[in-house]
Amino acid sequence: MTAIANYVLRRLGALVVVAVIASMLVFLIIHLIPGNPVVLMLGQNAASQADINRLTDELGLNLPLATQYWRWIVDLVHGQLGFSYGSNLPVGTLLQQSYPPTLQLTAAAMAVTVIFGVPLGVLAALKANTVWDTATMVLAVVGLSMPSFWLGLLLITLFSVSLHFLPVFGGTGIVGIILPGITLGVGGGGVVARFVRNNILDAIHLQHVQTAKSKGLSGPSVVFRHVLRNGLLSVVTILGLQVGYLLSGTVIVETVFSRPGLGRLLINSILDKDYPTVQVVILVLTLAYTVTNLIVDMVYPLLDPRIVYA
Amino acid sequence: MALETSPAATQAAEWVEPPRRSLIRRLVRYRSLMFGGGIFALLVLAAAFAPLLTRYGPDTIDALATLSGPSAAHWFGTDQFGRDLFARVLYGSRLTIAASFVAVLIAVVLGSLVGIVAGMAGGYVDLVLMRVVDLILIFPGILPALAITAILGPSLTNVVIAIGLSSIPVYARVVQATTLQVKTLNYVESARASGASPLRIVMRHVLPSVASQIIVAASTGLGVSVLYVAALGFLGLGVQPPTPELGTMLSDGRDYVLLAWWISFFPGAVITLYVVAVNLMGDGLRDLFDPHALQRLGG
Repeated sequence: MTAIANYVLRRLGALVVVAVIASMLVFLIIHLIPGNPVVLMLGQNAASQADINRLTDELGLNLPLATQYWRWIVDLVHGQLGFSYGSNLPVGTLLQQSYPPTLQLTAAAMAVTVIFGVPLGVLAALKANTVWDTATMVLAVVGLSMPSFWLGLLLITLFSVSLHFLPVFGGTGIVGIILPGITLGVGGGGVVARFVRNNILDAIHLQHVQTAKSKGLSGPSVVFRHVLRNGLLSVVTILGLQVGYLLSGTVIVETVFSRPGLGRLLINSILDKDYPTVQVVILVLTLAYTVTNLIVDMVYPLLDPRIVYA
Repeated sequence: MALETSPAATQAAEWVEPPRRSLIRRLVRYRSLMFGGGIFALLVLAAAFAPLLTRYGPDTIDALATLSGPSAAHWFGTDQFGRDLFARVLYGSRLTIAASFVAVLIAVVLGSLVGIVAGMAGGYVDLVLMRVVDLILIFPGILPALAITAILGPSLTNVVIAIGLSSIPVYARVVQATTLQVKTLNYVESARASGASPLRIVMRHVLPSVASQIIVAASTGLGVSVLYVAALGFLGLGVQPPTPELGTMLSDGRDYVLLAWWISFFPGAVITLYVVAVNLMGDGLRDLFDPHALQRLGG
């Protein structure tokens, strides 16, 4: 028990370190951009030197960098996320509006990744070195090679225009999420399919599986009791990593489908040079990714008794 | 099995070599190298010799044929201004492919440099350098490239720099790990003992060992890099119109997707083909250099 507590504590400690480093790097963004952020805020033409000086003081931009970081991080922790340069709305409000659709999209895409990736990988492994294997793996490579913005447009053309199936852009509810979910999830599905195939092939060669076979156990029983159990467990870890790709992929997929969300917010604020929003959104996406992987690492030993917390 | 850091990482490290697969399987893998390499060469040549392959320029406007579908006159159709899409895809893939090459080159050079210095120096230098490189990996997927582009401002050059910098960890890690291994080999140690300078050891022993791994990583890296170049172009952060670039063309095509599917279809198909080709090539090269990894890493 103490080993588990120890492990959890250490991982939480590592999470805090990563979070602090990520926040520092994100904080630096606004100081690395060429030009004066105050001028960006006020607009190139409108700003008089007096205005610039006043706002620089107000924002504390002439304080030492460490002091500025400290102020920023204290504000963040208290939920004061600053104000968007563009709309002057609190960044917190923008965030609140944007995260639910992104959460839905990521969940839908994760479902697609699993539904597409796992069965294909299992099929390829069980039929290894046959036409099935080759066909499945070609499909997987094409899946992970396709740019999501192209797949999205293809799906829009195919389903919404030709087949009059689903609402094209900005649909809501369960229907509106199907095409974006597929678009975002297929690439990960290809990655997962390849991973599952190789894992299962490894599992087939494990000793106890060979033993079970030589004992005369039938195919399906060996496959389900021994091979799949061993081969699929570690998929959980790669799914954790996939969350990162899915979260960052929302930037593209939300743009393709004109969906509101964190990705769309991020790209719009980059184009508008709205750096306070850029900083917060990048930080939020990164923390979401880090926390997910922490959870995966915590849960994984529960699923796989061979792994011991230490 | 006691674990130091992440359960998954340790499990991967303790992976046990499975029996070698059949010869047929290896031949199949070389087939994927040939196939991938062939398509790759074809696409690069087509981009290089664009002017010889089409009589249209990328910006030539045929005002009588706007938004016309694929035909004998315009193989890939025309866009909203009546520009020939076959020509635009050819010229566009020049920029996209060249950009992805340069980005990978930046990453390979800087990553190898970091990896070799870290591996050769060892100790604190190693620790600090690799931790600094790891900073990039805190941010998932395309985010580091996106953040760097946000800082530098939108342009193709900046996109290339951003993708190059954000891909450094892949190469730094591969090179550092191999350098550490090679350094402890008996004959390398005796070379050092007999007075060979670190530079000589790097040139004679480390680089040749590391080269094959870099080639494998770089060919897969080309796929990621071209996807990122096109993605940032699609998002409006790369090449600014009217210069043709595959990602930017897709973003134009998005506005006309209901009227003219071909505007976005062909640039996207070329990107997909290119990425499939470099991925197959990477798989094939990996098997060529390391037949033992066949089963584990192949696909």
